[in-house]
Amino acid sequence: MSLRARILTILALCAVSIFFLFPRTVTTRVRGANGVFHEDTVRKVPLQEGLDLKGGTYLALEVNDSAQTIPADKKADAIDRALKTVRTRIEGYGVSEPIVQKQGNDRIVVEIPGIQDPTRARKLVQEQAFLQFMITDKSQALERALPRLDQVVKQRGLLAKVPGAAAATPTPANKGLQGLLTTADTSKANDSTKKAGAAASKDSAANDSLKLQAGGAFSSLFQQGSMPGEFYVESDKVAQLQDFLADSAVQAALPPGKTLLPSTDSASLQGKWYRAWYLVDSKPIITGEYLTNARPAQSPTGEGPIVEFEMDNVGGRRFRTETGRHIQDYMAIVLDGRVMGRPPVIESAIGTRGQITMGGKSLADAQDLALVLRAGALPVPLRVAEQQVIGPSLGADSVNKGMRAMIISVALVIIIMIGYYRFSGVLAVGGLILYMLYTLATLAGFNAVLTLPGIAGFVLSIGMAVDSNVLIFERIREELARGKTVRTSIDEGFRHAMPAIVDSNVSTILTAAVLYQFGTGAVKGFAVTLIAGIVASLVTSIFVVRTFYLLWLNRSRGAQTLSI
Amino acid sequence: MFRILHDTKYDFIKYWKTAATGTIAFIILGMILLGVHAARHNGHALNYSVEFTGGSTMQLQFAKAPPADAVRNAVDQAGYAGAEVTTFGDPKDFLVKVQAKEGAATAVNADSVGAEIARILAVRLPDNPAKIGRTESVGASVGNELTTKAITAILISFIVTLIYLAIRFEWRFGLAATIATMHDILTTMAFLAMMRLEISLTVVAALLTVIGYSLNDTIIIFDRVRENLKKQRKESLRDVLNRSINETLPRSVLTHVTVFAATMALLIFAGEVIRPFSWIMAFGVFTGTFSSIYVAGAILLWIERKWPRTTTPENKGAARALSEGRKRERPTPVGTP
Repeated sequence: MSLRARILTILALCAVSIFFLFPRTVTTRVRGANGVFHEDTVRKVPLQEGLDLKGGTYLALEVNDSAQTIPADKKADAIDRALKTVRTRIEGYGVSEPIVQKQGNDRIVVEIPGIQDPTRARKLVQEQAFLQFMITDKSQALERALPRLDQVVKQRGLLAKVPGAAAATPTPANKGLQGLLTTADTSKANDSTKKAGAAASKDSAANDSLKLQAGGAFSSLFQQGSMPGEFYVESDKVAQLQDFLADSAVQAALPPGKTLLPSTDSASLQGKWYRAWYLVDSKPIITGEYLTNARPAQSPTGEGPIVEFEMDNVGGRRFRTETGRHIQDYMAIVLDGRVMGRPPVIESAIGTRGQITMGGKSLADAQDLALVLRAGALPVPLRVAEQQVIGPSLGADSVNKGMRAMIISVALVIIIMIGYYRFSGVLAVGGLILYMLYTLATLAGFNAVLTLPGIAGFVLSIGMAVDSNVLIFERIREELARGKTVRTSIDEGFRHAMPAIVDSNVSTILTAAVLYQFGTGAVKGFAVTLIAGIVASLVTSIFVVRTFYLLWLNRSRGAQTLSI
Repeated sequence: MFRILHDTKYDFIKYWKTAATGTIAFIILGMILLGVHAARHNGHALNYSVEFTGGSTMQLQFAKAPPADAVRNAVDQAGYAGAEVTTFGDPKDFLVKVQAKEGAATAVNADSVGAEIARILAVRLPDNPAKIGRTESVGASVGNELTTKAITAILISFIVTLIYLAIRFEWRFGLAATIATMHDILTTMAFLAMMRLEISLTVVAALLTVIGYSLNDTIIIFDRVRENLKKQRKESLRDVLNRSINETLPRSVLTHVTVFAATMALLIFAGEVIRPFSWIMAFGVFTGTFSSIYVAGAILLWIERKWPRTTTPENKGAARALSEGRKRERPTPVGTP
C-alpha cells in the first residue's frame, strides 16, 4: 500500500469515527410531569449509557409457572409472544430509549432509564391484562349449591386449616391493576349513547344484606348482595375463601358452568369491610382480543378518569349480538380474573365502544390501564426474577469518577511512553489518541451500551493498547542493535513482532467473546468494550504507527538515527 | 536511547522451586482463609453478591456519617435481622444485604425493603436523611443459574484457548499456558479470600480479564521460545526459555508498568462501585507476570521432559534443543547478571 493510500485510509477512518461520534439531535416522546406526552429534543453524543450510569430500573422477567407447569418449548414460544406485548407497553410508556430484549430462551430483560418508581414499572410489565365480559348469574345457582359446598368443606377437612387461613393476611395474592380502583368505584360498559352504563346500581351493601344460611363453614362466609349473583365476604375472610376455592373438590361442587370471582369493590358495613364476589357464567360473552384501541379520558359526567375502548367490526358485531341476548342482565367486566367495579345492567345491545370508570384514581393510572389494554394481553403470567434500581445521582457520580480515572490513566501512559521511547513514544501516543477515537466510534456505531465496568475496561485497555507498540519498538531496538539501518530495522521490527501481537490479541478476543456469550447486562457491555478496544489497538499499532514511521522516513531522507 | 533491563541474562528458571513454594504457600493460605470464612459465615466461603446467592442489596447514602449501630438497628426493626450491614467506601454510605429465602424464584422487592428501612431511619435520625442510591433484588434460582453460567464461561474460555494455542503453537504450549491460567485463578481466589471482596458479575469479568492478560504475557514469551527454537542453536530448552524471558523482559516491564498505572488510576479514582474490579486487576498484573515465567515456563519444561517430541524436519531445532537438555544432568546457567 502506498504511503498516500495509507494516509487516506487513516483519514477516512477518522472521518467515519467523527461522524459516528458527532453530537446529534434525538427526538423522543417523553411523558411530562403532568402525565401528558410531548416531544423532546436533545443534542448529545450518540453513545448509549447503561442503566448503571444514567439511573433507572432494570427488570428480568420469566414465565411464572408456579400455578401450572408449562413445558419448555411452550415457554419459549410464550416468551416470544410476551416480548411483543411487553415491548409495546414499555414503548407506549414514554421514556426515552427503553430496552426490551429476550435473554436466552426464557427471559425478558427490560431496562427503563430514568424511572424511579419500580413498583409502577413492575405493574406495567406484569399485568396480564386479560379482559373478559361475563354475565352474572341470575338463577340463584350458588345459593342452591351451598349445602353441598358446606358438606364438601367438612368432608375434606378444610376447616381444620381455618385458624391458619384466618391468620393469613387478607391481601389477595394477585395484585395487579385492581389496585388502581378505589373502594367506591363502579365500572360500567356502555355505548356512545350510554344506554347501559348509567343504570349502575347505587345501592349500598347495607340495604338488603342477609345471612344466607347459618352453620356451614362455606356458606357462613357469604352474605347476599343487592343484585343477582352478588355476594359480600368479610375482608378478613377472603383469604379463607380463596383457600377453600383452591381445593379441587370445592371447585367441582360449584354450580356447573359458573365461576366465582372477586371484585375490586369493597364496602363498609357496621365498621366491617366487605369485598364483593360475583358468580358469573364461565364462558365470557367476549374477550379483549377484539380491542382495537383504548385511551384515557376524563369522564364527561365528572366521575374522574375513565378508559374508553373500541372494538373492531367482528368484535363489535359479536358484542352487539351477545348483549342483545342478555338485556336486563348484569355484565361483569373482568380483568385478570377480577371484576372491575360493580357490573352494570345491560339495557340494550352495545356496539363497538365502551368505557371503564377508574373511580377515584388518577389520570396516570387510567393511562397505564389504557396502555396495557392497547398492548394486548400477556399470553402467560410473568414474574420478576431480578430487579435493579439505580438512582440518578449514583449514576452521574460513577460517570464522573470513571472519566477522572480515564484522564489520569491516559496522562500516565503518555508520560511513560514519551519518557521512555522519546520520538517513537510521541508516534505511539498519536496512535493511542486515534485508538480512543476509533474505539468510542465503534461502540457508538454498534450501538453498544457503555456501562461502568465498560468504562473500567476501556481505562484498562488504554494501558494494554500500547503493548503492541512496546513489542514493536523493542523489536526495532533489537534490530538497530544488530547494526541494521533505520529503515530496515523498522520493517523487520514490525514483521517480527507480528506473530506475538496476533496470537496474544486473538486469544484475548476469544476470552471476551465467551464473556459476551455468557454474560449479562453490565458484563456484556464490558466484553463489547474489550473487543472493540482490541480491534482498534491492532489497527492503530500495526497500521497507523507504521504509517507515521513511513511518513517520517520520507520526510527525513536517509535518517541515520531513530529516537526510540 | 534510554534502555532498561537491556540484554540481561538472568537465570529465571533457576528459582522455580522457590517460586513454586511461594505460590503454593499463598494458595494454601488463601484456602485456609476460605475455610475460616466458611466457618464464620455459615457456609459462605466466598463473599458472593446477591447476583449469585439471590436476595437484595441496597445502598443508603446519608448526608453525614451516621452511627453504624443506628443503621443496624433500623434494619433489624424493619424485620431483616439477618441482614449484612457494611459501610461502602465512605462512612456516609451503607450497604445492606438481605439473603433470599431458599428456592425463592421471585425477587424480593428491594425498593420496598429499602423504603421501609429509610422510613425508620428518617424517624431515628431526623436531621440526617438517607437516600436510596440503588437497589438490587435477585431470586435465588436466578442466582444458582448465574453461578453455573460463570463457571461454564471460565471453562469454555479454557477450552477455546487451549484449542487456539494448540493450533498456533503446539499442544504442549497450550497445556502449559492453560495450567498457568488455572494457577492465576487459584491465586486470585486466595486474594479474594484475603481481601474478602464481594464476588459480583463484574468481578468475574475482572477475573476473565486477568486470565486474558496473563495468557497474553505467556504467549509473548512462548512466541519468543518458538522463534528461538527455530534458530537451531545448541541450547537446551531451559536455556531457550531463559533467553526468551530475558529478551522479552524490557517489553514485559514496560507493559506491566503502563497497565499497572491504568489499574492504579481505577483503584484510586474510579470509586467504590468498581473497586473490587480494580483490586483484582491490580493483583492480576502481578500474578499474570509471575505465572508466565514460573508456572507456564516451568510446566512447559516438565511437559517436554515427560512427553518429548519426535524429530520431524520442521522441528529439528526444537528436538535437538530438547535432547541436549535431557543429556545434561545439570544445565549450565546462561550467565549471571
